[in-house]
Amino acid sequence: MELRTTKHTRPDEMGFYGEYGGAFVPELLRPNIEELEKFYLQVKDTPSFKEEYITLLKDYVGRPTPLYYSEKLSIKHSCSIYLKREDLNHTGAHKINNALGQILLAKKMGKTTVVAETGAGQHGVATATASALMNLKCIVYMGEIDIERQAPNVQRMKFLGAEVIPAKSGSKTLKDATNEAIRYWINHPDAYYLIGSVVGPHPYPMIVTDFQSIISEEMRIQLLEKTGNELPTKVIACVGGGSNAAGAFYHFYEEETVELIAVEAAGKGLKSGASAATSMLGSQGVIHGSMTLLMQNAHGQIIEPYSISAGLDYPGIGPLHAHSIKEGRTKATSVTDEEALFAARELTKTEGIIPALESAHALAALDKIELFKSDIVVVNLSGRGDKDMATYKQYF
Amino acid sequence: MNVFVKKHKQLSIFTTAGYPNVESLNDQISVLSTQGVDFIEVGIPFSDPMADGPMIQETSRIALKNGMNLEILFEQLSMRKMNIPIVMMGYVNPVIAFGLELFLKKCQEVKVQTVILPDMSLEIYERFYQSLFEKYKVYPCFLITPKTDDERIQRIAKLCRKSFVYLVSSNSTTGSKNDLSMDKKLFKRIKELCSTTPLFIGFGIKTRRDVENVYEVADGAIIGSAFLNAISKGTEEQFLESLY
Repeated sequence: MELRTTKHTRPDEMGFYGEYGGAFVPELLRPNIEELEKFYLQVKDTPSFKEEYITLLKDYVGRPTPLYYSEKLSIKHSCSIYLKREDLNHTGAHKINNALGQILLAKKMGKTTVVAETGAGQHGVATATASALMNLKCIVYMGEIDIERQAPNVQRMKFLGAEVIPAKSGSKTLKDATNEAIRYWINHPDAYYLIGSVVGPHPYPMIVTDFQSIISEEMRIQLLEKTGNELPTKVIACVGGGSNAAGAFYHFYEEETVELIAVEAAGKGLKSGASAATSMLGSQGVIHGSMTLLMQNAHGQIIEPYSISAGLDYPGIGPLHAHSIKEGRTKATSVTDEEALFAARELTKTEGIIPALESAHALAALDKIELFKSDIVVVNLSGRGDKDMATYKQYF
Repeated sequence: MNVFVKKHKQLSIFTTAGYPNVESLNDQISVLSTQGVDFIEVGIPFSDPMADGPMIQETSRIALKNGMNLEILFEQLSMRKMNIPIVMMGYVNPVIAFGLELFLKKCQEVKVQTVILPDMSLEIYERFYQSLFEKYKVYPCFLITPKTDDERIQRIAKLCRKSFVYLVSSNSTTGSKNDLSMDKKLFKRIKELCSTTPLFIGFGIKTRRDVENVYEVADGAIIGSAFLNAISKGTEEQFLESLY
């Protein structure tokens, strides 16, 4: 876990990536985030912490995840296309990389209760799993609407011993689950808040990015083995809050030849009024303790985002992505529900891999960007689609 | 001069602007003022009030549905007839969407001297916003909690010498059901750390008894959710009478 300090990836001492980030939290939470930052900076580079984390990733999660050469997609697009198989992780997505890292922090801080928010349920399942492993009490807030559309993950969390509490305020999705988890944390400051994406107040975006950076660290090693060059020409990842993208981009930020493509959910279309393409439709503001780009009306009220994918309908975006997109380092594109569904079916039929709806957005971007014969593209296949079968069945 | 420094113990009431109706605010200000309340906190409704409990979440939702926004709010405040101090309280996002400088300018125009933005930390204020606040002579008020360390309390008290320090009674969101468990010894020490800056206690204060408890250790009490709850039942006048 060699963490490179770069201008795009490391925030300043107050947690700002350029003008984005920081910790916009009420005084009630200040001791919590200060304690967390101090503890994290103390332990993250100690040999015992690193070894424990890396061992869990290897023996428990099954890392490194394969870098799979997709012949079918390569032929279709006339270039080399690799899939980073985060879907093969234990619990079915990249979320476990972060959940395990943070649960180790929680355990070492002497916490007994963990609280988390979840959208698609992948982070909730990962947190419930890590909590079961470490024998910690786990409470997961999940939007009432997401509980309906991601039923299998709700069952998994409950079977793992987590208490799943429906968030009934606002749009009843990820944004509201996050509000409720933060409120729980204010009322129970002894709990550990295990945030699932590169969002929220500093130090969370930094911590989650660090734990997800294993994805691009492995990509470099695997690309070198397979192509003789550790650099691809393009890396594509979907972005809701942006944790899988942060991990997939991290070790390439300073490599100027590598194009970084963040794929947002356009929902029913960018101009339809039912979208979650934050960097395109959003403007600067503060959500969940962080200055970032977010979807809001003229009066600064947060707009309820929409996407068919429960993991992408978040009205904000991680501050490092906001910064990197504004700087032009990361390019943002968007994919509609329909395009994502089509890409999911295509990968399923041609490669026998059922992708998560979130990851299907990254795959669909292949049809939208310009590709050259010399391109070596890595698509981060962030999760598997088991949880989305009810949606897929509805359409196909 | 600090308008929050008085010889007697003070009572402040928080209300959500635009609740229950978009035009309710000035009537509420008149009622509260007549009742003898010392100052009024006017809540700027926000869609995602993360430090607030169910009552303020709900009143904010209704206020937004009623069409309340900062433009309308400043318009209403400019027409108020009562000379009672007003404190504006809200989250950072609607304020920066309105434009922080314009917000502060409007505050000055409508004679609002004090602003509380709970998610604007001391550090954020000092790094980004302090010079603009000073330009328009608007004074911020910051929250502290029983867990805030001494040095920070003193720093905040110094910064708030033209407003007041807002002590959150316990670690909770607003309107929380917990009994008001006050460690009077600790609170008295906090009061001393604040020096000449007035100290007010809020969050979870509902009854005359709570208020009296606060009066023993601080300069005054702030009531929010309990008042809004009374409004929702149409019993706000009885509620206010019960406090005196």
